[in-house]
Amino acid sequence: MMERVIAILPELNQAFLETLLMVSIALAVAILIGLPFGILLFVTDRGLFLENVLVKRVAGLVINLIRSVPFVILLVFLLPFTQFLLNTTIGPLAASVSLSVAAIPFYARIVESSARDIDKGVIEAAIAVGASPWMIIKSIILPEVKPGLITGLTITAISLIGYSAMAGTIGGGGIGDLAIRYGYYRYDNTIMFTTVIVLIVLVQVVQYLGDLVARVVSKR
Amino acid sequence: MIKLENISKKYNSKGKQIIGVDDVTLTVEAGEVFGIVGYSGAGKSTLLRCINLLEKPTSGKVFVDGVNLHELSPKDLRKARQSIGMIFQGFHLVSSKTVFENVAFALRAAGADKKQIKLRVEELLALVGLEDRRDQYPAQLSGGQKQRVSIARALANQPKILLCDEATSALDPGTTKSILSLLKKINRELGLTIVVITHEMEVVKEICSRCAVMQDGKVVEQGSTYDIFSDPANPLTVSFIQTVLNFDLPKELLEEINGKLVRLQFKGSIAAEAVVSDMLQAFPIRGNILHGKVEYIQSKPLGIFIMELNGNEAEVNKAIAYLRDKVSKVEVLDDGTRNRHLA
Repeated sequence: MMERVIAILPELNQAFLETLLMVSIALAVAILIGLPFGILLFVTDRGLFLENVLVKRVAGLVINLIRSVPFVILLVFLLPFTQFLLNTTIGPLAASVSLSVAAIPFYARIVESSARDIDKGVIEAAIAVGASPWMIIKSIILPEVKPGLITGLTITAISLIGYSAMAGTIGGGGIGDLAIRYGYYRYDNTIMFTTVIVLIVLVQVVQYLGDLVARVVSKR
Repeated sequence: MIKLENISKKYNSKGKQIIGVDDVTLTVEAGEVFGIVGYSGAGKSTLLRCINLLEKPTSGKVFVDGVNLHELSPKDLRKARQSIGMIFQGFHLVSSKTVFENVAFALRAAGADKKQIKLRVEELLALVGLEDRRDQYPAQLSGGQKQRVSIARALANQPKILLCDEATSALDPGTTKSILSLLKKINRELGLTIVVITHEMEVVKEICSRCAVMQDGKVVEQGSTYDIFSDPANPLTVSFIQTVLNFDLPKELLEEINGKLVRLQFKGSIAAEAVVSDMLQAFPIRGNILHGKVEYIQSKPLGIFIMELNGNEAEVNKAIAYLRDKVSKVEVLDDGTRNRHLA
């Protein structure tokens, strides 16, 4: 049995790196776009300093639209877009397109809900000293929500690891792809268990690191 | 310094209109400490928040230092807010920032540079007595220390006005005293105009030169703190005053009284004992002081005595007439002819 695993090691290693690659790209996009989106959802809410019903509604609608499409369907639905963007629909880079699209609204909602936990009085005190909206976002909301942002990023990363397996089924590569090729098409349980164990370890490590960092940055 | 003209604030909640502040007109003079008292829900907090437009009044005008705040652009309003400091019951410090950074934030909001900020923050922390806490986080501070940080933050941009929203209500009595004396010091040394809202009459007695009493969104009474304490007109004011000048006599004692029970109030410098002893010498009656207290309101004495007067009724009445002439207020609580009960 060990030989089977050793024989597959190079492939497993590549699959692991592919998974890391697509999850990392999607996470980066989640931070770049999902985070500002989440903050936008929060500050345009009723009673907040950039209250704007229209912006809030439109942003909320777009996010709900994406979130209501099951990921497997989103994958297929986005194939033309991926083709247009990268000229291919195969490989981890192609898979990271749909993963990113799914990660943006997911993370945005998490950011929004953790921002809601900020004491409104703190924001009010900032308004009372005459701070501009941008200063309030940069120097009050972001630092206050930092532990929540990190916890949210952990949750997003773990969900994305799950999603990446689905992306694997339509040619995205990664650990999920490996598990399905060997475990499902070739009935090779050894390889399937190995990939499951790798995934379990990966998720544990991500969760542990996420919790650790969140604890360190929290000053409460 | 602050002029509120016909301020009203109405909310719509589930289709029903709720009136927070109802047509309030107030003037706060430069350099004074003005108190707004009322039970929770009276609208005092909403009124206070109208002064820096944290709450936009539904109607009415807010003038601060002669400027109509409604006419300012968002940018100018932010500038104006920098000259109106505010502190809160819940302190509202940024938990992820140190004491230094919390105070520095206000200066950065006003566009100060790094060097200025460092100097000013250190100056402010010295003023509020927290030099040794500059690198600690709010979670490591006590309530009183947190309020000191928020006072430093509020004073950062050298405001002319300080608004205090129940600033001592979450503090224990000892800490309350120290925060109040800090506010007094700020008022005296920096010449700041301070508006305090509170439900504690003790706070008003301690620091306010004038005050207003609010109920159901309206100001029901206003005047100098001394006048409010010595001659409250509104029943609500009377009940607030009683929290400080409490003169409930035990029931058992009242049962034993067979003379007339009078309540004497002395204002200012009238020496209470002299009047009482003169009265006792002038009339053949016996007097018995059951309760007495001299409160210093804004360092002016306000004395209240409850006496039992015994003797020939005609003489007692003459003595009461004599007292009415000499002291600021005489109230006959029990005339001794009916069954005993306090008026």
